[in-house]
Amino acid sequence: MIKRSFFKSKYLPYLLILPQMAVTLTFFYWPAIQGIIQSFLLSDPFGRRSTFVWFYNYIELFTDPLYLESVFITFVFSLAVAFVSISLGLFIAAMANRALKATALTRTLLIWPYAVAPAISGIMWLFLLHPSYGIVALGIKRWLGIDWNPVLYGSDAMALIVMASAWKQVSYNFVFFMAGLQAIPKSLIEAAAIDGAGPFKRFWFISFPLLSPTFFFLTVMNIIYSFFETFGVIHTVTQGGPGGATNILVYKVYQDGFVGLNLGSSAAQSVVLMSLIIVITFLQFRFVEKKVQYGG
Amino acid sequence: MVEKTPLLDFLTYAFLILGIFIVGFPIIYSLIAVTLPLEEVSKIPMPIIPGDQFMVNLKEAWTRGDLGTQIFNSFVMATGITVGKIAVSMIGAFSIVYFDYRFRVVAFASVFCTLMLPVEVRILPTYEMAANILSPVQAIWDVLHLDSLMTWFSGHDISVNLNWSLLDSYTGLVLPLVASATCTFLFRQFFLTIPEELCEAAKMDGASPMMFFRKILLPLSKTNIAALVVIEFVYGYNQYLWPLLITTNPKMTTAVIGLQNLIPQADDLPEWNVALCGVLLVMLPPVLVVLFMQRWFVKGLIEKEK
Repeated sequence: MIKRSFFKSKYLPYLLILPQMAVTLTFFYWPAIQGIIQSFLLSDPFGRRSTFVWFYNYIELFTDPLYLESVFITFVFSLAVAFVSISLGLFIAAMANRALKATALTRTLLIWPYAVAPAISGIMWLFLLHPSYGIVALGIKRWLGIDWNPVLYGSDAMALIVMASAWKQVSYNFVFFMAGLQAIPKSLIEAAAIDGAGPFKRFWFISFPLLSPTFFFLTVMNIIYSFFETFGVIHTVTQGGPGGATNILVYKVYQDGFVGLNLGSSAAQSVVLMSLIIVITFLQFRFVEKKVQYGG
Repeated sequence: MVEKTPLLDFLTYAFLILGIFIVGFPIIYSLIAVTLPLEEVSKIPMPIIPGDQFMVNLKEAWTRGDLGTQIFNSFVMATGITVGKIAVSMIGAFSIVYFDYRFRVVAFASVFCTLMLPVEVRILPTYEMAANILSPVQAIWDVLHLDSLMTWFSGHDISVNLNWSLLDSYTGLVLPLVASATCTFLFRQFFLTIPEELCEAAKMDGASPMMFFRKILLPLSKTNIAALVVIEFVYGYNQYLWPLLITTNPKMTTAVIGLQNLIPQADDLPEWNVALCGVLLVMLPPVLVVLFMQRWFVKGLIEKEK
């Protein structure tokens, strides 16, 4: 294959790969297969017997208005998180890239939210946007005249979890945009400047197109993040409420399976999520090929 | 830059400061809140001059949330995941890159495919697995009807119930998360860039594979390991769903999950000063790791996602 010189040993390579294989088989493949099997079964309420029901669980799922609503909510949520965090990250990175004297300082000041757990960011934003004690909520009520109450109104709750989830992603996106911007050859920028392009034009016609691989990559990563890793935000802040307005797919799987013990439906939901992430992973790999063409 | 644009430069710095302020605002505001007594923090709006109640609130949060135990648990979990992940994926990658055996491609493909199976998409079955890690053995046992076979052999009624639960244990918190496609991938990519000649020279000098690993690969991988330590520590410390599933005993739960008990609910006293104290304390370790190992962190972040 790629390497030509190998060590020779009969048992050592197997021994070395064994821990990895053992963990993946027991905690990844076996449960995944169990989940797929479970999604075709229907258990009685006491969990003693299960019958094979073909696609019953899936048909139930896709005719369930609550599930379809959850799909819709998840898409709105992840697009909003991706949009807010990417645009803020790009904006700050573009500014920081101009402010060359303060690059290191800016990085230090912006990087740390990445280390904050989504659930913790959720609590901090809950305090800021709390209907009775939040300072930002007060501002919204007083200056925008909106009757802000994330405990009662679904759209407000959604805005709250979008803010809490997007906040820590801003620093993630910032790191990548900053790396992308600094990788752009200075000669391109200078050539454009000699041709009379101003700072804005240079950004739009040179930096921005050259950032497109980063942009695509971050869109995928942010969507994955908001699909799967924001569970903590939902669980600490809204618990899917009010009235299911923030019940994203991952939270619904947890609720239906772990709390509601509806095994078949939960398994079917898991399989749907699995297919989703397979599609996303393929998209990501097509992008990796693309990135090679751009040549960094 | 290329031309002089004083106005634009001014705006750049102004927006930059504004951006940093917006990103930092939740933390600045929380830092003020934790120094205030209850009657101040529940004023609307809360005063922005720090008070002197920080130690009182801290003590309250520490005892009420049992933060000592939980932060310790988080540390154990994060350290276990970091060390385990790096060790497992490094020797795995070594096996895949430096040995030629039949199983190799299958091994690599199967590790790689775990990318598509995050814990979030297999919540229940993985929980069941952890509840009885021997269940696959049991299933095979049952399928083969070994019970009746054994009964037939020995003449006694034998039924085998294999049960080994990982619930509420450190093993359970750590073990399922130590397999990592991205880490294995990263080490594989890195090993492939190491010149062939090193391996050939080592072989010529009669070094065994493990000697080559210890004396050459390990020192060469230092920067990669440092970068991964930062990333994986943060990842492990901030885990939410998995610890939530497998711990029911409050003494075994992790700090990020335990914090929920501190949030004031509708009928409670609005003790946000105490809650935020817990929040700041719990988020401190990973934040410090990222800030002090910033260089490795940025490297790790960018390399890992390649």
